Amino acid sequence: MSSVVLGYVPNALGDAAAEAAVHEARQRGATLVVVNTTRADRLVDPTYADDDDMSRLQGTLRTSGVDFTVHHGTSKDTAAEDVLDAAERHAAELIVIGLRHRTPVGKLIMGSTAQSILLGAACNVLAVKA
Amino acid sequence: MALLEGFSVAMQPMYLLYALGGVLVGTAVGVLPGIGPAMTVALLMPITYSLDPTAAIIVFAGIYYGGMYGGSTTSILLNTPGESASIVTALEGNKMAKAGRGAAALATAAIGSFIAGTVATVLLSFVAPYVAEFAVQIGPTEYVALMIVAFLTVGALLGASVLRGLASLALGLFIALIGVDALTAQQRYTFGNPFLADGIDVVLVAVALFAVGEALYVASRLRHGPVKVIPVAGRWTNWMRKEDWKRSWKPWLRGTFIGFPVGTIPAGGADVATFLSYASERKLAKGERKKQFGKGAIEGVAGPESANNAAAAGVLVPLLTLGIPTTATAAMMLVAFQRYNIQPGPLLFEVEGALVWALIASLYVGNLMLLVLNLPLVGIWVKILQIPRPYLYSGILVFAAMGAFSVNFTPVDVFVLLVIGVLGFFMRRYGYPIAPMVVGLILGPIFEDQLRRSLAISQGDPTALVSTPIAATIYVVLIVIFVLSFWLRKRQRAMESEVVEETPAAAVDLKEGGK
Repeated sequence: MSSVVLGYVPNALGDAAAEAAVHEARQRGATLVVVNTTRADRLVDPTYADDDDMSRLQGTLRTSGVDFTVHHGTSKDTAAEDVLDAAERHAAELIVIGLRHRTPVGKLIMGSTAQSILLGAACNVLAVKA
Repeated sequence: MALLEGFSVAMQPMYLLYALGGVLVGTAVGVLPGIGPAMTVALLMPITYSLDPTAAIIVFAGIYYGGMYGGSTTSILLNTPGESASIVTALEGNKMAKAGRGAAALATAAIGSFIAGTVATVLLSFVAPYVAEFAVQIGPTEYVALMIVAFLTVGALLGASVLRGLASLALGLFIALIGVDALTAQQRYTFGNPFLADGIDVVLVAVALFAVGEALYVASRLRHGPVKVIPVAGRWTNWMRKEDWKRSWKPWLRGTFIGFPVGTIPAGGADVATFLSYASERKLAKGERKKQFGKGAIEGVAGPESANNAAAAGVLVPLLTLGIPTTATAAMMLVAFQRYNIQPGPLLFEVEGALVWALIASLYVGNLMLLVLNLPLVGIWVKILQIPRPYLYSGILVFAAMGAFSVNFTPVDVFVLLVIGVLGFFMRRYGYPIAPMVVGLILGPIFEDQLRRSLAISQGDPTALVSTPIAATIYVVLIVIFVLSFWLRKRQRAMESEVVEETPAAAVDLKEGGK
């Protein structure tokens, strides 16, 4: 069965991406694979969804009726690597992520998860703009 | 009068900028768990060597005060205290934040810190000259007595175990012996090595212990996964309600008057003061408010936060008047003084009056800056916590190595730094406090010099060391301090075990080194 991978972040952008991913998955009759991981290498990681965020997301996904699995937790790889990894494992036909503006300096120092996914993916990537 | 002159120096635009830089850096390191003011001062010491003494001391004072403010932010919003003096704040502050009163908790902490810092600095301005006046009358024998007070209190009271503290102190005293004897020019413990003949630089040891050792320890131990930040609602201008003011002002003042005296005696620094303040606020609360303790009582934030800032100012009294450091950060400031060939001690107010008053004036200025900066900038402090830890630790290590190299521009120093840094890591790992070692290293040579001088005067009669009235008084005071300090510690322990299940996880890691 085909699958769609969603790189989720707990904010408005992530919710917009989730909505688009649900839409795509339904159209394709695909399983939705939700990925949200952290390396736990910092005290505050705003892109990591806590349990409340996750159960909220799962609630909306359940009501949407698509088939889904969740990949959530601490990982030693970066978020981008985890998303690409999940896409490969599930032989995804599409990756859905949110895309936001980054300052050049921020990108230089912290790197860009979106950019790594866009360049590293073997399938199409849908970049959702909030 | 002298204070006004101090202000005229501290208010110069250049020095204001230095103070601003100091408080910003200080708050940032106060926010970050595992990185404290002592480490920061150690790291910056080689770099600030090119500044003039006044500027450097103002920067360090800013870091010292800033660290006290910064710790409260993470305590309240994340339940992970940034430094040991903010552990108590987390008890009530985080509960308040969870109940949507985070803004009020932050505000009462900041305003309380400001009031306590200012009142305590006023007390410092009044008390210090009197102590200094007494201090100039003392000779070598009294000096020896003071050093013994410093050694024993710092060795026995910083850290959890008396024996380990004293062992650490002895290690520091031993390292201080390495080099050439000042009186006879004999080489001691140098193994004929010309490098060791110069002795081991205090700065090197301090940077190794506080920066390298701490960074290694924290990197290996502190692994907290992502923590959710509790959002702060509303504009910062209406964070405090009228009722909050009414409930806060008494704890602020009580905290100040508990914190300042505790800071002046070597009882282990600001965290003892915060525990005392918390205990007394809880005891004094009545009826409804008493029930709120443990569920987010504003008094439990206002009191301890004032107490830790007042204690920070109190610590400066023995440091500036007698040259006795009672906390790790104070020890680092002492090293800074020595780097500029300023001998802290009884003569400091006489010889370097302008510098000391500029320092005290900059404390007033820094306090005001911290109040203005902290409330609106909470968002930025929380952002700092998003920096991945590997970046921080590698940065610290590179900085430390650079600093060590710049001491004498020899690669050997970097090697010594690493060796002592690894030693520092194992000391931390097995619960040996590192502050006594640095204090032993700083005061050791002075102690030796004064001891031999007084023995030379008395022609080798050791009873002369205790026979002058002032020296005898100092020894009596030593005993009083010990009794008082152990009593305080017992109270603190009792309270700690009382609230142990509420104490946040990070607090345990911080207890030892945060000082």
